[in-house]
Amino acid sequence: MADSQYSFSLTTFSPTGKLVQIEYALMAVAAGQTSLGIRAANGVVIATEKKLPTTLVDETSVHKIQSLTPGIGVVYSGMGPDSRVLVRRSRKQAQQYQRLHKETIPLSQLVRETAAVMQEYTQSGGVRPFGVSLLVAGYDDHCPQLYQIDPSGSYFPWKATAIGKNVCNAKTFLEKRYTDEMELEDAIHTAILTLKEGFEGQVSGKNIEVGIVGPDCKFRVLTPIEVDDYLGEVD
Amino acid sequence: SIMSYNGGVVIAMKGKGCVAIAADRRLGVRGHTVAMDFQKIFEMGPHLYVGLPGLATDTITVAQRLKFRLNMYELRENRRITPKTFASVVANLLYERRFGPYFVEPVIAGIDTKTGEPYICNTDLIGCLNEPDDFVVSGTCVEQAFGMCEALWEPDLEPLDLFETISQALVNAFDRDAMSGWGAVVHVIEKDKVTVRTVKTRMD
Repeated sequence: MADSQYSFSLTTFSPTGKLVQIEYALMAVAAGQTSLGIRAANGVVIATEKKLPTTLVDETSVHKIQSLTPGIGVVYSGMGPDSRVLVRRSRKQAQQYQRLHKETIPLSQLVRETAAVMQEYTQSGGVRPFGVSLLVAGYDDHCPQLYQIDPSGSYFPWKATAIGKNVCNAKTFLEKRYTDEMELEDAIHTAILTLKEGFEGQVSGKNIEVGIVGPDCKFRVLTPIEVDDYLGEVD
Repeated sequence: SIMSYNGGVVIAMKGKGCVAIAADRRLGVRGHTVAMDFQKIFEMGPHLYVGLPGLATDTITVAQRLKFRLNMYELRENRRITPKTFASVVANLLYERRFGPYFVEPVIAGIDTKTGEPYICNTDLIGCLNEPDDFVVSGTCVEQAFGMCEALWEPDLEPLDLFETISQALVNAFDRDAMSGWGAVVHVIEKDKVTVRTVKTRMD
């Protein structure tokens, strides 16, 4: 990855002590489509806008929410191709863990290792930071967890959060609506409502994507029909 | 043969809510006995022990390397390792040296602190796991040890009975082997405590 001529890091400190490349990467994230996640008492839901450039694009072939293991799912805001690279790396790390320990990787460990990868790219030669923030959802030791991982490699657990374009409004909306005793079904409704807030146009099962992990610890993406059903309930 | 250069034997048995692991104490150089206090069983966790019979230098090195991996695991994951997972780690460590192996054939015995389930297993020198429900043996007198265990073991032995059983099996097995013996140490692991006893044996 690092050519001999580029064995120095392209991410260097500014006089004010900031890593400007990371700041810019965060701007790339803030320009991306809104994603959000909510941790309920009995599960986690992650959701994202899936606005496609034209109606000619086959929306059934676009998957923004992906699974890293059967029990862990991830959504991103920012540059899609960057997220695909990270998903690939994370899946490999999860499988390596499984091969060594013969047990599925705990969510916190996978988040830690993915974050370490993202941090590497802020301190290696000839590479740029990833232009995505990830929201990772899953179960850790019978407790539902939601983590955000930034381009800098820092990660935070959240009760509920949003990333991307409409962050401020979405987070305010979530702050008002979030309760600790929220159930998964309520969380899904809240997630959809939050997406609707900042959405330009009509929300339907075709232009948003929702993924959930419930008490069975299996992550799955809801089908467009299921999303339309929830939308019907919300209205 | 490399595996019988230093001599030694380790046995582990499952009981009712408990496991026991026992080893002899001899360290020899071919026929010449050099030490009668050589440690072959190592503590890897409050309820997890591994016995490493075989080439003595590898016994020491593998024990150190395992402890390293274990410490890293516990620091990273902030929790104690389960016996099953530890067995996979051991198997992985050995298979990494598939074409230039460590000359030890580990025996693992422990209790899963979450479920209280007893666990024993052994591996060959390149990491093939064997997880039976009764007992495992490894070392220079495996044939004798298998015979003794098969004859004496029965399911659901209480800790004290298990101690008697494993001690008799071990001592009578290594008494029929020139390369093992010179004392025995037995660990009985229960859910809440571990008892270590040394057994008085023939010192030859």
